Amino acid sequence: MSRFLLRRILLGLLTLLLVSIVVFAATQALPGNAARAILGRNATPARLAALTQQLHLDRSVFAQYFSWLGHILTGNLGISAATQQPVSQLISGRILNSGFLVLVSAIIAIPLSIALGVWMAVSRDKPADHILSTVTLALAALPEFVIGIALVLLLATNVSHVFPAVSIIPPGEHAWNALNVVILPAATLIIAVTPYIARIMRASMVEVLESDYVTMARLKGLPNRTVIWRHAVPNAIVPAIQVSALQLAYMAGGVVVVEYVFNFPGIGSALVDAVGNRDVPEVQALAIIIAAVYVVVNVVADVLTIVVTPRLRTAGR
Amino acid sequence: MSTPAITADPDPAHPVHPAAAPPAMRQRQWSVLLRGTLRQWRARIGLTIFVFMVIVALGGPLIAPDSPDQFVTAPNSPPSSQALFGGDSLGRDVWSRFLHGGSSVLGMSVSATLLGVGLGLVVGLTAAYIGGIADEVLMRIADVFMAFPQIVLALLLLAAFGPSVPLIILIVGLSHAPRVARVIRGASLQVVERDFVKAAEAVGESRSRIIFGELLPNVTSPLLVELGLRLTYSIGLIASINFLGVGLQPPKADWGLMIQENRLAVTVQPWGVLLPVLAIALLTIGTNLLTDGFARAAIGIDRGE
Repeated sequence: MSRFLLRRILLGLLTLLLVSIVVFAATQALPGNAARAILGRNATPARLAALTQQLHLDRSVFAQYFSWLGHILTGNLGISAATQQPVSQLISGRILNSGFLVLVSAIIAIPLSIALGVWMAVSRDKPADHILSTVTLALAALPEFVIGIALVLLLATNVSHVFPAVSIIPPGEHAWNALNVVILPAATLIIAVTPYIARIMRASMVEVLESDYVTMARLKGLPNRTVIWRHAVPNAIVPAIQVSALQLAYMAGGVVVVEYVFNFPGIGSALVDAVGNRDVPEVQALAIIIAAVYVVVNVVADVLTIVVTPRLRTAGR
Repeated sequence: MSTPAITADPDPAHPVHPAAAPPAMRQRQWSVLLRGTLRQWRARIGLTIFVFMVIVALGGPLIAPDSPDQFVTAPNSPPSSQALFGGDSLGRDVWSRFLHGGSSVLGMSVSATLLGVGLGLVVGLTAAYIGGIADEVLMRIADVFMAFPQIVLALLLLAAFGPSVPLIILIVGLSHAPRVARVIRGASLQVVERDFVKAAEAVGESRSRIIFGELLPNVTSPLLVELGLRLTYSIGLIASINFLGVGLQPPKADWGLMIQENRLAVTVQPWGVLLPVLAIALLTIGTNLLTDGFARAAIGIDRGE
């Protein structure tokens, strides 16, 4: 198992290294790209030259890449081209806000969707199952911004005014001190990921409920509740854990659109703004951070799968 | 897998026919799959919604009362006799812009899906058949592109190159390709070891003929499911890109862009947001219900429920 773990972590690191090359190549390595992209078409030659020097675009591509990578690894994310402030200073508070948003969403969405999945499986082929299956299938199709805007229309504007439509957090404040602005973005993320986990849990649970040991447990006369929660669920939960971890990774991308819908001050809305401003250093930093989270969560998902599956746990020995 | 060591002529007494399935049977595979799909009420509803939205998107411009760029009423004005669903933030007819705004979403999504699934199919089949180092390299490349959430990859590349329609199609298609390649590779790996592939190798069929003539017909079901799934995601992704304002640019009439343009005035004039949001929701839901039908038919769950 430790060999698998090591291999998986090394592969994750290799992926991250390749990711950094992709990010760098897309934003900076293409000739004449970065400086002109930032300054626009009618930039004066003098300003172009100044920015070229600031971003070290006059050096060779390899020199640029390695000095850029070295800076990123030592936590120096560069100077924002739009505001002339250090990128790390601009985004550190936002990373905490986004992290909080994803954490709150995951803590609610995962148990909720597992419970939904169990309920659907237990009432298999009854009306509740049919309705929930169809609803989750429909919700799984919706883009996050459609869910977000629907929630705004229903809960923040025309139908009722329960929650604020935009998540304004005073500068310097953290999201956890302004909970009512977290509710709608979190609800959007929860609605976006719950269908996937619930459907996997239902499928896995249906299979387990048909197995011999569940029949055995029932024949022993154990109460239904015990059979379901003590015998069936622990065996059915592995695929749900796996897909939960994948959904957590998916949220790293999902926050981009959701934060933009609600103007939530996190890294997602920062990325959209940075793209709009053609702020190359900030786009690079944010893309690397989001990809890193994505890679790490995927590694954790793989490791968790091994840990919770006894058959796989011993296979590597 | 390397090239087979069998060089002797196949036994003339037992002519080895390399075809995976005779053409008639292949056709039956398709029709069994489609009939199995349409036996489910959810898939029928999905197909109805999907066809309806395609008609709205493609036929909309023909019945639109005004041009999408014409100023016909006051900005954000409520529904009136001049404008069925009122005016948008600049005083253009919301109904006309809605009817013109679907073809871009649909056209770009279908193009990106065909590109991504086509590329993923070729890579997946090739990786499964050739195996070895080529397989390993192709799958590692796929891993790198899967290390970005699709929307982040899109934002990164659009930031670098600026927005354009072919680029958006390319980005969305390319971001699907590794995901499709994994699924198709997985499905083909089981086929590669089967006898008819060995037989085709034995009679000296070319690699490309084996890949497209023998492997491809045997991954029909996962291919169909991938097509539906990727179309659902393409619609969502392309609408999101346009909604974020980094894709199609004004004054283009497009559902994603319309939501972006009218959302600040949503309290006074909800129609400019409501119509395109509903349209995108219906289009994705219809596609997904249909895709679920394909998937259920493929694994043999086609009871009517």
